[in-house]
Amino acid sequence: MSLKHKDLTGIASLSADEIMQILETADSFKEVTGREIKKVPALRGKTVVNLFFEPSTRTRTSFELAAKRLSADVINFSPSNSSVVKGETLLDTARNIEAMQADIIVLRHSSAGAAETLARGVKSSVINAGDGWHEHPTQALLDLFTLREKKLELKGLKVAIVGDVAHSRVARSNIYALTKLGADVRVVGPPTMMPACVERLGVKVFYDLDQGLRDVDVIMMLRLQLERQGRALFPTIREYSRLYGLTLERLKIAKPGALVMHPGPINRGVEIAPEIADGFSSVILDQVTNGVAVRMAVLYLLSGGNG
Amino acid sequence: MDASEVARAVTRIAHEILERNKGTQNLALVGIRTGGVYLAHRLVKRMLEIEHVQVPSGDLDITLYRDDLSIRKDQPILRKTTIPFDISDFKIVLVDDVFFTGRTIRAAMDSLMDLGRPAEIQLAVLVDRGHRQLPIRANYIGKNVPTSRDEIVQVFLEEEGEDDRVVILKDSKEPPGGAP
Repeated sequence: MSLKHKDLTGIASLSADEIMQILETADSFKEVTGREIKKVPALRGKTVVNLFFEPSTRTRTSFELAAKRLSADVINFSPSNSSVVKGETLLDTARNIEAMQADIIVLRHSSAGAAETLARGVKSSVINAGDGWHEHPTQALLDLFTLREKKLELKGLKVAIVGDVAHSRVARSNIYALTKLGADVRVVGPPTMMPACVERLGVKVFYDLDQGLRDVDVIMMLRLQLERQGRALFPTIREYSRLYGLTLERLKIAKPGALVMHPGPINRGVEIAPEIADGFSSVILDQVTNGVAVRMAVLYLLSGGNG
Repeated sequence: MDASEVARAVTRIAHEILERNKGTQNLALVGIRTGGVYLAHRLVKRMLEIEHVQVPSGDLDITLYRDDLSIRKDQPILRKTTIPFDISDFKIVLVDDVFFTGRTIRAAMDSLMDLGRPAEIQLAVLVDRGHRQLPIRANYIGKNVPTSRDEIVQVFLEEEGEDDRVVILKDSKEPPGGAP
């Protein structure tokens, strides 16, 4: 059995079984990343292109490492030093990359749906590394992988996703992934940052953090996009932090031993207190480590031959 | 081969490994997933009974080292490699159920070399069915079974919920040179 998709554009189009298959494959790759020689020849001769239209360190590096550890050749493409500044469209850029025999294109773009558009336009496999407010599937997969690694049963797991849910692709992908696997998901944030009709995704909505954290097993903090201040979503960073920042006192409301996650980059002292980010309940750095194994699994599963 | 023949072959191979290596010093067994893993565990158990020494052992998944990954349409399921010791300077006995083209063993040797620098690699197989495509031979063979290219040799083991036996099935659907 293999992943029956050419692309990974979002979690929404995956079944629960497919998600589990990716997580189990990632488990084997985690062993590879713990070896002294962290490299296997599985993708020898394949070319992976990182096409990033938005700044990113973690995700791009993670994909680059994942591809290199599978022995693929990696090219990093960013708009500031490419023909994009000369007015080339996304599809034309991608078709040119494809003409150079790229097997997999990893795309980060500020527009929702960019990955889907690209996937329809090219024969190469496309992996969505974040498209606007839409999805960031590999982040959700690595979050799930991390929860499973911590021996948590996803079915029935109580997870609170806290912060700017409306503008978060990480939140959307995680809501899809967690609910598909039977977790009990709630979103917490100010009304201005809550997407309309979010309940339809199968989650509970809380506007009060203290209520939202009651009895949860996992707290996923979202990054407050500070550049959004001044767009009338929240009055001041201080007020946001006071109402929706995770502090040690608030952590006590959650179940004892609850895990704290964050997709990074973190705003210390804004959405998360430094003592929590560096504390024993934080799995933030495990998430980063696991990201490489999960991305190796996705690259491997999407790169079946043509035979 | 029936269950008692399989058991006798395992016992004989255990003795041969101990004889050739003059005991268990620096000796370790690595089973190739899936059948080889069970056989390696049986060999370890038999050696424990003979020499009263627990020989270290591990499980090897060779999927990522296959030579047909870019040809196959579907990616094979990846399982875990679990070798809980540093293989460097060990005499490693690779264990597999069916020895066929030799491609699996090539992949296994490459995989081992990436995990460390063993002093020596030897090969033990339950069944040798011939048709080698690479210059590789086994050191320990349970049974030589002459076959034609398009037959399938299937090893059933207790650990998979079957009675121990080796059977030959006619009319393989595998294209020649397909499975390593």
